[in-house]
Amino acid sequence: MNKLILRTASRYLLPLLLLFAVFILLRGHYLPGGGFVGGLVAAIAFVLHAFAHGLRTTRHLLRIHPGYLMPAGLALAIGSGLLPVLARGRPFLTGIWHPEPLAVIGGIGTPLFFDLGVFLVVIGASLTILFTISETR
Amino acid sequence: MLLVTGLALSFLYPLFLAVWPGWVRGRRAYWTAAVPALLFLGCLQAWEQVMQGGMVILDLPWAPSLGVSLTFTLDGLSFLFSLLITGIGTLIFLYASAYMKGYADSARLFGWLGIFMGSMLGLVWSDNVITLFIFWELTSISSFFLIGYYQEDQASRQSARTALAVTGLGGLALLAAGLLIGQETGGYGLAGLQDLQGLLTASPLYPLIAVLVMLAAFTKSAQFPFHFWLPGAMKAPTPVSAYLHSATMVKAGVYLLLRFSPSLGGTEWWTWGLTAAGGITMVYAAWQTLFRTDLKALLAYSTVSALGIMVFMTGWGTEAAIKAAVGFVLVHALYKAPLFLVAGILDKVTGTREVTQLAGWGRALPFTAAAGLLAALSNAGLPPFLGFVGKDLVYEALLAQGNSVALWGMALAFVTNVLLLWAGLQAGLRPFAGKPAPGSGRPLSPGAWLWGPPLLLALLGLVAGCWPSWPGNWLVTPALRVTGFPGREAALALWHGYGPVLALSAATLLSGALLAVFIQPSATRSQRWMRWERIAPEAVVHAGYRVFSTAATRITRLLQNGYLRHYVFAVTLFLLVVTAIQLVPLLADGQLPYRIAAVTVYEVMILVMMAASIGFTVFTRSRLVAVASLGVTGYAICLLFVFYSAPDLAMTQFTIDTLTVILFVLVVFRLPRYLTFSTPAIRWRDGIQALAFGAVIFLLILAVLAEPVTREVGDYYARNAYLLAKGKNVVNVILVDFRGLDTLVEISVLAVAAIGVFGLLKLRLKPTEWPEK
Repeated sequence: MNKLILRTASRYLLPLLLLFAVFILLRGHYLPGGGFVGGLVAAIAFVLHAFAHGLRTTRHLLRIHPGYLMPAGLALAIGSGLLPVLARGRPFLTGIWHPEPLAVIGGIGTPLFFDLGVFLVVIGASLTILFTISETR
Repeated sequence: MLLVTGLALSFLYPLFLAVWPGWVRGRRAYWTAAVPALLFLGCLQAWEQVMQGGMVILDLPWAPSLGVSLTFTLDGLSFLFSLLITGIGTLIFLYASAYMKGYADSARLFGWLGIFMGSMLGLVWSDNVITLFIFWELTSISSFFLIGYYQEDQASRQSARTALAVTGLGGLALLAAGLLIGQETGGYGLAGLQDLQGLLTASPLYPLIAVLVMLAAFTKSAQFPFHFWLPGAMKAPTPVSAYLHSATMVKAGVYLLLRFSPSLGGTEWWTWGLTAAGGITMVYAAWQTLFRTDLKALLAYSTVSALGIMVFMTGWGTEAAIKAAVGFVLVHALYKAPLFLVAGILDKVTGTREVTQLAGWGRALPFTAAAGLLAALSNAGLPPFLGFVGKDLVYEALLAQGNSVALWGMALAFVTNVLLLWAGLQAGLRPFAGKPAPGSGRPLSPGAWLWGPPLLLALLGLVAGCWPSWPGNWLVTPALRVTGFPGREAALALWHGYGPVLALSAATLLSGALLAVFIQPSATRSQRWMRWERIAPEAVVHAGYRVFSTAATRITRLLQNGYLRHYVFAVTLFLLVVTAIQLVPLLADGQLPYRIAAVTVYEVMILVMMAASIGFTVFTRSRLVAVASLGVTGYAICLLFVFYSAPDLAMTQFTIDTLTVILFVLVVFRLPRYLTFSTPAIRWRDGIQALAFGAVIFLLILAVLAEPVTREVGDYYARNAYLLAKGKNVVNVILVDFRGLDTLVEISVLAVAAIGVFGLLKLRLKPTEWPEK
């Protein structure tokens, strides 16, 4: 199969799709979207890249094994839950918000970081599963 | 504060050891004892407050909505136990440092000992039934790991499992009792529970609560017929046996009974339950010691018997009886722990624990012999040892009852004491007396770290016996106050004047000494007795265990046969049957709504698409087509979600479907060509099952529609999403904020699943790591 078109397209699609994934993640607060879908879109972006360029190239691009994203995401999610406990003495996972919304990103608060944690875990888990299965022979 | 730090330290220290196990190899190991020593000093420091009625160590709300708080208090009763746990703990840690020298993984032992000590302290400090239960279970779990310390030994593992099964069962009973008490009194706090005694004992649930509490205490404190786990637990290293299975953990059951005695006691159920179990246990176990030749087994049965005495005395419930029980807790710890430690030294130095083969070691091991002798004499109840005081308390309390039942109890206690005296002499005196066996050369000196701790404990028993008013006023009286008695001064005394008690004590001593002269431990008698073991509770339980395990193996072979198609078949069939039993009668009654709203043209189109793609999936001869058409089904479902205004769901479903198709394609490339594994009959069966499953799901959805809709929850989220959580997308707000904890658990599950896939596919065991066939 001649993959020239796919190769060229995927080179540009990867950053676009990743940007789109982040967009979906941030958008989730007010409109349909969120960390889960965002993470899946990002995973699809990498899988598409792997289809076009081979797994080795994608792995090289990622630098780290995607599995490491899972503990990082879990730590971020738990940390965002612990922050209100430690800082304000409120129950675990209470939302704390910055009073002023930022440009582009919108409201900044612990739920956003929690969602970011979900995002990372979803990318990590789906890529780990996909990469592991496609590598096994 | 010192106490909280110490408690935290005893749980953190094992973590440190897990990271750096080398720490306890070599001389540094002795520093391990700093943790219990620190806690011991902390407890001593709290002495004044305890005298004034107790103190609060820590009070944290934990789950306030459930009425569970992390409250630790130190009162008279827990003070006595805390001193035993930390004081004996310090000596045990020192002893273990010397005893475990040369073991590569001694860090594991110290780690679990630390966890055990922390949980035991948590147990006696808990002011809440739920936390009490949690620490109770933690002691069982740490005991499990300590009994099974020699993990390559199958008998060790078996004993550990038995102990965990028995004490774990009791833990569940304790939880049930705690929940029932909470239901009756409206709270889980232990403080002030004695004021509710009337309410509790009058409740219709009272018999159940009492039986459950007794079950918990009897399993933990090894009462007949649950006693058998304790002799089995002697597979543990000796420091563990001395610490957990004689001085502290097994007394947790007695602690529980004493703790609940003012709130649950004073009834027929309580008195008869405790005295019967304690009475049978003390005589039965004391009798068993006659047939043991292994030092540790002998001591184990005498411990069971002593625990029986404590439970027996607690059951009577009078001030004198409770005093005897509390006093005996202290007395027993001070002589039984040294006897165990001495047995450990003998084992280490001579290489055997057989009483029949040990003789004449007194000259070679003078300090060990001194410790053993002192402990044996205290156990014998010779004045002026503390054991004498303890024995007197028992006789005095039973005499004061003055009824015929108590006289029978007295007879039982007398027999028990005589037999226990015999056992103590065999363990503490016999190995050292007489002529050394020929050929046993001069052994290596055990060293002060080994003989020091038992000697110190045994000397303490002598000192405390000479001035019994000290332990009486400082330890026993405050503990008595907790159990609801005023607890007069001078609770313990050496001299009670001439009278029946003194006569009984003298008779006990004389009979025990005579018994020791005429009856020697003998291997032949022990073997003759062993044939009765077939009908002992232990054998019955083990037979039951074998039946259980065979049945479990058969069921597993049947269900877990390794074929995915069987699993899918079994799971869906089960769901199908269970749901159909519920739903088909509804259908027959016409309770399901048949009127369905008007169908739009879009919906029809989607349905046609779905049906067509399912048809392709089922009937195609190419895997790739099957995968692709399965994807089409998924996308069609996405469209349905879009039509029913669930864009979040549609997006997720869409991406998931895409990934699923990719995943399948990746796998398909690696598979051989389409092969037919199943016969037409099986395919018919599967097809029918699939259709039936679909039909049942359809009925289920209809049934859901028939239920009246409660909008409360949904409305709450919709109203408050922006007000409370500052988000406008309700779905996402629920996911990351309102029910964030659920999401946290879900992503953890996701990560675990990914690790599972990774592990299953990437694991390449070296041939040396293959499981044994």
